[in-house]
Amino acid sequence: MFPPIPNPSVAPDAAKPRFGEKDIVRRSASEVTPPAERLTEVAKLIDVTKCIGCKACQAACLEWNNLTEEIGFNHGVYENPMDLTPNTFTLMRFTEWENPETENLEWLIRKDGCMHCEDPGCLKACPAPGAIVQYSNGIVDFQHANCIGCGYCIKGCPFNIPRISKVDHTAYKCTLCSDRVAVGQGPACQKACPTQAIVFGTKQEMKDWADFRIKDLKSRGFDNAGLYDPQGVGGTHVMYVLHHADTPSIYAGLPDNPTISPIVDAWKGVTKYVGLAVMGFAAAAGFLHYVVAGPNKVSAEDEENAEKLTEGTAPPPPDPAQSQGNTQHGSTP
Amino acid sequence: MTTAYDHKPETPDDVEPGDAVHPGHPVTVDRYTVGARINHWITATSLVLLALSGMALFTPRLFFLTSLFGGGQWTRAIHPWIGVVLFFSFLLLFVRFFKANLPAREDVTWVAHSADLLAGREEKMPEVGKYNAGQKFVFWSMSGLIIVLIASGVVMWDQYFYDLTTIEQKRIAILVHAIAAVCIICVWIIHVYAAIWVKGTIGAMTRGKVTGGWAWRHHRKWLRELVGKKPPRAPAE
Repeated sequence: MFPPIPNPSVAPDAAKPRFGEKDIVRRSASEVTPPAERLTEVAKLIDVTKCIGCKACQAACLEWNNLTEEIGFNHGVYENPMDLTPNTFTLMRFTEWENPETENLEWLIRKDGCMHCEDPGCLKACPAPGAIVQYSNGIVDFQHANCIGCGYCIKGCPFNIPRISKVDHTAYKCTLCSDRVAVGQGPACQKACPTQAIVFGTKQEMKDWADFRIKDLKSRGFDNAGLYDPQGVGGTHVMYVLHHADTPSIYAGLPDNPTISPIVDAWKGVTKYVGLAVMGFAAAAGFLHYVVAGPNKVSAEDEENAEKLTEGTAPPPPDPAQSQGNTQHGSTP
Repeated sequence: MTTAYDHKPETPDDVEPGDAVHPGHPVTVDRYTVGARINHWITATSLVLLALSGMALFTPRLFFLTSLFGGGQWTRAIHPWIGVVLFFSFLLLFVRFFKANLPAREDVTWVAHSADLLAGREEKMPEVGKYNAGQKFVFWSMSGLIIVLIASGVVMWDQYFYDLTTIEQKRIAILVHAIAAVCIICVWIIHVYAAIWVKGTIGAMTRGKVTGGWAWRHHRKWLRELVGKKPPRAPAE
């Protein structure tokens, strides 16, 4: 058993947050000076092999964050609601999977939610300064006061996690209980989990604990058991122990190799610089042309010619081939 | 003269309703009706507001532009609606102007001589109708880009259309929207620059009139058509 996180001290100074503004390493649409001192990276480890699908984590999440999910419909499956919502930051996803080797039915239950990527796609896509921040302990958090509700984070996320609230038009997702972690507590879901399928600690502790679990699973015949800490997004601060780590996608579509979409990279990268350069160039070319060539002015001669034309004494078009068609030759005397 | 009314003359494609020439000193030419001008300026205002609000969301360095619209939330909410206004306003403009912007034979010559135009040797240019090839380029690029922008814009208008497309489609839409926006801003720069560079042009869209000299210099074929269209002042001979 992983040693549980002790209950908080009741001493007055224990409630002082242990991290905050000064520990921000990334801030959306802004540049920050990274803090001199990095906090120890934290992580949540979700051991899918120990999950019994009780949804205590889902309930604890709603309760801690003071959220209420709408009363929905029974769709004949265990998922409830059917997808993440602005209120449901975490969702048990159930998959009935037939193992082709053993022909056994395996019930795969994955607790879905924000993975707290080391390289967060949401943060990179966000256009609003400070709406998404990453702390040096690895937590990626949304700051709702700065959020403009554009939904770019949804496009940036490789895991399809953020949801825009129809009430306040800002984006919501798991905070990794940054408020609890700040005072030395584990996330609410971890606290509620009855089987220690969710554990919380430093990232290193979690990796070590995962190693121990994976060894145990391998000894029980799960040869492909492994840790899901995808390097395509620089590793994550929410990790899974999977019995079939060779095929993460069987766990309700967990991406096999998540990375920030190259389309998002192109949009936030080269398009931005080339686009601004092209627009700047067009404006500069116009300015330069005006300076060099000067304005294109109508001459007195042009006016005279027009007058002659209306009086029927102007010269005819130079080359009928060029002005053929609809010209009426009205000026021919 | 005998050629003028030999064959029943249809109104040439590039003569729009309201176009008329008034002899005098100087000659004045009606180029845009009041309806066309209002239509144009609604479109123009929308385009400028869209460019400002869009650029604010395009790059963090221009995010400060959101304060023109009442903050980030307002900018995000209002941008697509301005887009809808622009789309319908431009649709009307399109209906008004598309016939005069159909390709004509002299466009090829005009493009071939465009360097002469920029160098100030306008006498080498062919006589053109109401719009030259450059103006037609602006018209058709605007038309095409606005279709691309409204289509990709709807895909990323999450407030109402989130469920209709996948996230991958939205990513493509957002990239296409950004690229098309850069293109349309460049076309807009060309359009505005041409209006500033060619003196006497802006009056066409403000008071609706240009001088005869302006029409003679830049759109001689159109001017000839307008003069020819006038009811014949008694048989000339």
